[in-house]
Amino acid sequence: MDPECSQLLPALCAVLADPRQPMADDTCLEKLLDWFKTITEAGSSLLLLQGNPCLVELLCHMLKPQDLSSRVLAFSLRLAGVLAAQEDCFQYLQQGELLPKLFGEAGPLGGAAWTSPTVRSGWIQGLRSLAQHPSALHFLADCGAVDTIFSLQEDSSLFVASAAGQLLVHILGLSMPGPAGGPPSLQAGDWPACAQKIVGHIEESLRATATPQITQALNVLTTTFGHCHDPWTQVLWVRLSPLVAGLLEKDPVPAAHSLVDLLLSVARSPGLSSSSCGLWETLARTLSHLSPTQAGPLALGILKLQDCPQALRAQAFAVLLQPLACVLKATAQDPGPSGVLDGIVGDSMTADMLLPSKAACVGLLCRTLAHLELLLPLPQRPCPWPQAPLLGAAVTLLQLCGGSARPTSDAGRHLCGLLLGCVRVQRAALDFLGTLSEGTGPRELVTQVFAVLLEYLRSPDSSPTVLKKAFQATFRWLLSSPKTPGCWDLDPHALLFLRDLLPVLQKRLCSPCWEVRDSGLEFLTQMTRHWGGQAGFRHALLASEVPKLTEQLLRDPESYVRASAVTAMGQLSSQGLCVPAAGPEHPGGQQSLLAELLHILSTDSEGFPRRAVMQVFTQWLRDSHADVAGDTEQFVAGVLQVASQDLDWEVRAQGLELALVFLEQTLGQPRSHCPCAVTPAVAAPVGPLAQALQPLCRVRLFEFAFRALFDCDRPVAQKSCDLLLFLRAKTASSGSLQESRSSPHVASVEAALQRWQAGDQAQPLGDLEPEVVLAVLRSLDLEGLQGALAESSDHVEKSPQSLLQDMLATVGVLGGNEADCY
Amino acid sequence: MSSPEYCLSGHPTLPCNVLKFKSTTIMLDCGLDMTSTLNFLPLPLVQSPRLSNLPGWSLKDGNAFLDKELKECSGHVFVDSVPEFCLPETELIDLSTVDVILISNYHCMMALPYITEHTGFSGTVYATEPTVQIGRLLMEELVNFIERVPKAQSASLWKNKDIQRLLPSPLKDAVEVSTWRRCYTMQEVNSALSKIQLVGYSQKIELFGAVQVTPLSSGYALGSSNWIIQSHYEKVSYVSGSSLLTTHPQPMDQASLKNSDVLILTGLTQIPTANPDGMVGEFCSNLALTVRNGGNVLVPCYPSGVIYDLLECLYQYIDSAGLSNIPFYFISPVANSSLEFSQIFAEWLCHNKQTKVYLPEPPFPHAELIQTNKLKHYPSLHGDFSSDFRQPCVVFTGHPSLRFGDVVHFMELWGKSSLNTVIFTEPDFSYLEALAPYQPLAMKCIYCPIDTRLNFIQVSKLLKEVQPLHVVCPEQYTQPPPAQSHRMDLMIDCQPPAMSYRRAEVLALPFKRRYEKIEIMPELADALVPMEIKPGISLATVSAVLHTKDNKHVLQPPPRPAQPTGGKKRKRASEDIPDCKVLKPLLSGSIPVEQFVQTLEKHGFSDIKVEDTAKGHIVLLQEAETLIQIEEDSTHIICDNDEMLRVRLRDLVLKFLQKF
Repeated sequence: MDPECSQLLPALCAVLADPRQPMADDTCLEKLLDWFKTITEAGSSLLLLQGNPCLVELLCHMLKPQDLSSRVLAFSLRLAGVLAAQEDCFQYLQQGELLPKLFGEAGPLGGAAWTSPTVRSGWIQGLRSLAQHPSALHFLADCGAVDTIFSLQEDSSLFVASAAGQLLVHILGLSMPGPAGGPPSLQAGDWPACAQKIVGHIEESLRATATPQITQALNVLTTTFGHCHDPWTQVLWVRLSPLVAGLLEKDPVPAAHSLVDLLLSVARSPGLSSSSCGLWETLARTLSHLSPTQAGPLALGILKLQDCPQALRAQAFAVLLQPLACVLKATAQDPGPSGVLDGIVGDSMTADMLLPSKAACVGLLCRTLAHLELLLPLPQRPCPWPQAPLLGAAVTLLQLCGGSARPTSDAGRHLCGLLLGCVRVQRAALDFLGTLSEGTGPRELVTQVFAVLLEYLRSPDSSPTVLKKAFQATFRWLLSSPKTPGCWDLDPHALLFLRDLLPVLQKRLCSPCWEVRDSGLEFLTQMTRHWGGQAGFRHALLASEVPKLTEQLLRDPESYVRASAVTAMGQLSSQGLCVPAAGPEHPGGQQSLLAELLHILSTDSEGFPRRAVMQVFTQWLRDSHADVAGDTEQFVAGVLQVASQDLDWEVRAQGLELALVFLEQTLGQPRSHCPCAVTPAVAAPVGPLAQALQPLCRVRLFEFAFRALFDCDRPVAQKSCDLLLFLRAKTASSGSLQESRSSPHVASVEAALQRWQAGDQAQPLGDLEPEVVLAVLRSLDLEGLQGALAESSDHVEKSPQSLLQDMLATVGVLGGNEADCY
Repeated sequence: MSSPEYCLSGHPTLPCNVLKFKSTTIMLDCGLDMTSTLNFLPLPLVQSPRLSNLPGWSLKDGNAFLDKELKECSGHVFVDSVPEFCLPETELIDLSTVDVILISNYHCMMALPYITEHTGFSGTVYATEPTVQIGRLLMEELVNFIERVPKAQSASLWKNKDIQRLLPSPLKDAVEVSTWRRCYTMQEVNSALSKIQLVGYSQKIELFGAVQVTPLSSGYALGSSNWIIQSHYEKVSYVSGSSLLTTHPQPMDQASLKNSDVLILTGLTQIPTANPDGMVGEFCSNLALTVRNGGNVLVPCYPSGVIYDLLECLYQYIDSAGLSNIPFYFISPVANSSLEFSQIFAEWLCHNKQTKVYLPEPPFPHAELIQTNKLKHYPSLHGDFSSDFRQPCVVFTGHPSLRFGDVVHFMELWGKSSLNTVIFTEPDFSYLEALAPYQPLAMKCIYCPIDTRLNFIQVSKLLKEVQPLHVVCPEQYTQPPPAQSHRMDLMIDCQPPAMSYRRAEVLALPFKRRYEKIEIMPELADALVPMEIKPGISLATVSAVLHTKDNKHVLQPPPRPAQPTGGKKRKRASEDIPDCKVLKPLLSGSIPVEQFVQTLEKHGFSDIKVEDTAKGHIVLLQEAETLIQIEEDSTHIICDNDEMLRVRLRDLVLKFLQKF
């Protein structure tokens, strides 16, 4: 601890001990505790106590009967725990009988303060910190803490109850032998007393009839197997598994959710050999005993396990698929066997299980779809994957929700009534359908997929979020449509679909709902990015009104839509898909788009469209877009000039990105890490460095970068710093340029930069010569600046000294603020 | 007491029912089914060579005697005559006996002149002011549309039943064509409307003292109402054309519908699968798409109602869609009145619109559209419109059946170009049938029916909320639509199941309670001496004269007994009044058998035997050969001609009972 803090500490302890000085802000206490933790982790707690007797005094003060705030009391208990975590310090505190007084019956435990959950929580956390060494175990046993912790498991405060459970797990782990200790005996008598007590309590709870007690026991065990993988855990499981399995005998199975968590935690534990302790059998029994809603998460967990018997995996997968199998069975046109997901839906499993209520049915279906979606990309997903039936189920669900299904059975009609217009199921099914696009399917089913997607895109009742998901799923299915070898164009079926899709997209671009227009534009951008170069797509798109409508949306009243329109137009233009606008106000098509985007950049009142313009411009520069390539310098100079004055820091940062692309192209070394970089058409410089730097000077790139270096927004300054460092590194390697450090011009630039740094950015730098730039670059302490910028903005205020001062200042001990107190 | 309901209209959204309730005959709505006009050729404003050159229709055997009356267009057959309307049933009940007609909204009064002017009706019609004013506009527009293009020809041959059988569908299946009538005249309209008495929401109107009717806001249109029809002990709610959506009218009053014995439910949405919000979005998108491509948009519509909401949506949308320069035209003989009326009925509008009036601002934004020249309105396409007309544009005009009105002209004008679009928003007519005489048609057709009336989910919630004992509805609502038989959600689902009716059917409404309210005169009430027979329950006997007049019942004090002596006059007066016998006191209480037997024994009776029966006890006095039957509500003493004994026993029985 530094001397300044040591000096402030006694005053602070006095304030904390004074009930008349309440601490208004308990985040200060948390910070203070964090600071003590840092100190004790780095050094000796004993020395800390000895060097700062005020701390012990503070702890002793807590024992006096007085009206202390519960926050301060909880803080003191936690502080005592942190200090006593080191055994020598523990002994030191024990000498004064301080710990039994704090944590035993004599302390808050027996007093009125115990009614406050903050104090109970502080008590638990104090013990949690303290329980780090064998002496602590004895202490816990002596002061009867374990019994108190048992009772706190039922605390009215969930935080306290949960912390009590975790403390039990911690004490159990501490009391049992570590990995080197060898496997303990199964005999309870051989276990340490503390462990015996805790395990006995768990056993008792598992035998209880009250669900909350069983839940607590299961949660403690789940945490134990999740955190500790020592050999004794296997012994523990062997001992407790009959009791756990016994829960399955009850109907309904109590605390099913916690039971699932425990079984999965055990199955995942590397410390347990699953096959030897009957776990697979228990899992199989649990799967068959739980309701579909409860069994779903267990089935997913089992399927995610790396090593698991095939039969159990098959059972789990069947459980997971049950709800969808029911949907297919209920909606099958033929009342006989559905023919899909055969064997999964048994006679006992009927649609009735899905139907008790709309909420239950919707919840189960959404969870099932989400589980399957999670499973699909995993390497251990079930094989063979029933792609076709799942596609069928997803399509059926969407048809049921959209009202286009025509079920003939009563169950099907009832299901239709429950799901009709259900946005939750629609969203989940569309997400799932999109994920399924990674596999293939029979042509007939794929046709149905596109049909149902088109139905959703067309339907006036599709909500904006559903529509967005329908667009996303459509894009994924178009991506996955079979490709002709050697040709990246869409296949004939997809092109036919596109012909139906574009009129729908046209209509959606005219929607009164801005979210819909926005999703439509995003979809267009994605499609153009992928197929913009392909003849079939180009032909269909150009034959539609879509490009024209997109251009009109550049003037949309909603800024998000304008931003998406900018991105879409940028993409269309890159692919040569912009229709030259007719009319006198748009002479020359493409050129007018550049002008229009520049207009948006300089005049749009919202940040999003301006950011989008900068991104488009950067991409155009990177791709050597025809309009940009014509006069790149003029383009870059114009954009940088507008961007430098933008109030939105993201626009300025994007300006630096554009500057970097230009710089790289000028110096001839594109960044290799950028996968989308295209080799620029700009020729690599052949002349000396000065010549290479001339274009940068002409576009006033340096003035832009230097101004950004002192930007009030840190990310901009950081980016500029990176750019200048990159440039300095480049120029350092080719040291042909003569430095002119001493020239008067350099001095004036440096003086101007100092003024800029001080906040006065009024004065321009004027024309800069390459030599002057290099000299200024070398004279700037860019590394230092980079370091300073890397610090978080509150690093000065975060110091412990500042914290102590703040705490003292709030209660007025430091004076100075007294005049303000009234 | 039975309350029959006579169904005179088969159209669930254009109802016409007659309810006989408490000796009052009440007609509920007076809707006119105009779908019959779809069987007729359109009435063009100017001579249409296409329509006049349509080939006449001939029978399969080549017989062409109907070719003057029936024309064929793209495989459909139409009657070439002035369009006619299908009237409500006039034979089921003598309509001259109808006491009152209650109108729920302006769409449901279009048959009024046929009823009030041609059936001997002499009662009163009740409706709210906006209903009457806008109803007048709708009738005026209808009469104007038909009268301004007089057609000499009137077809009647085809209506002959033997001939009708030979015609193709849908003419073959048209019902009661012989009763179809031409449109009424403006004179008849004025006369019909003069019989209307204006009412306000929640106003209680007494009908002959027996029944009270009250209109409640139904949330569907300006001034639209549901009606409560109640006596003291029975309540019938008539729910017709209601909406729970937030549009321009005052919200629906649901609370007052509670505790109904019977709830008659009509006028639900005609397009239960179309969500109005989605349809408005669809309307805007298609409109913008067409106009941006240089096409014109035609919106066939009524001059009031949804058009206000559409204009409001467009007001918010046109700037964002870049349509600020596109002219919107509203053409109707009553366009001006409709737009102006909507702005003055502030008290009938939803809360948001009402508050605008106090700012003061016009409640509907179409005022601003008119001010900024974005919306222009004309009485007809002749005159100013032709000089202002500029394309591309959006035209709102009637009639939605596409059989008469200015819309016919625009269909002929724009139908040939695929750039143009006709957007159907009114749900009353099948758009495919409406378009049939215009085929082949190049213009795009979009169907965005906007029907804000209750859908089945809302009905289900409403019924749960108001919990009527019985629901009565048209038969169409008790089963899913024929085209969507799997949609069990598209029908009324309630317990007990709804009772249904169909055209020309009479239904007895179920009422359980059979009480009447009787008033008691103060002086008579003063004379009563109540006696408590159970805690909280007191009884008093009353002797009075029941006086019944105008369905009101009053108990008056009985006249004093006639004086034995007196003049002639008095004597005569006393002859007029009913005889008032000296009344025996009424008895109450129960006879405790054991105590009764003890009392008998005390009074010297012996050899007493008690038998239990299903209803009470029998006390046998074997010696006296006498039987006393004691039951819950009667006691009989059966003895053999021994009046003395009977009286003795009677007095002993009476000791155990209270008298009053």
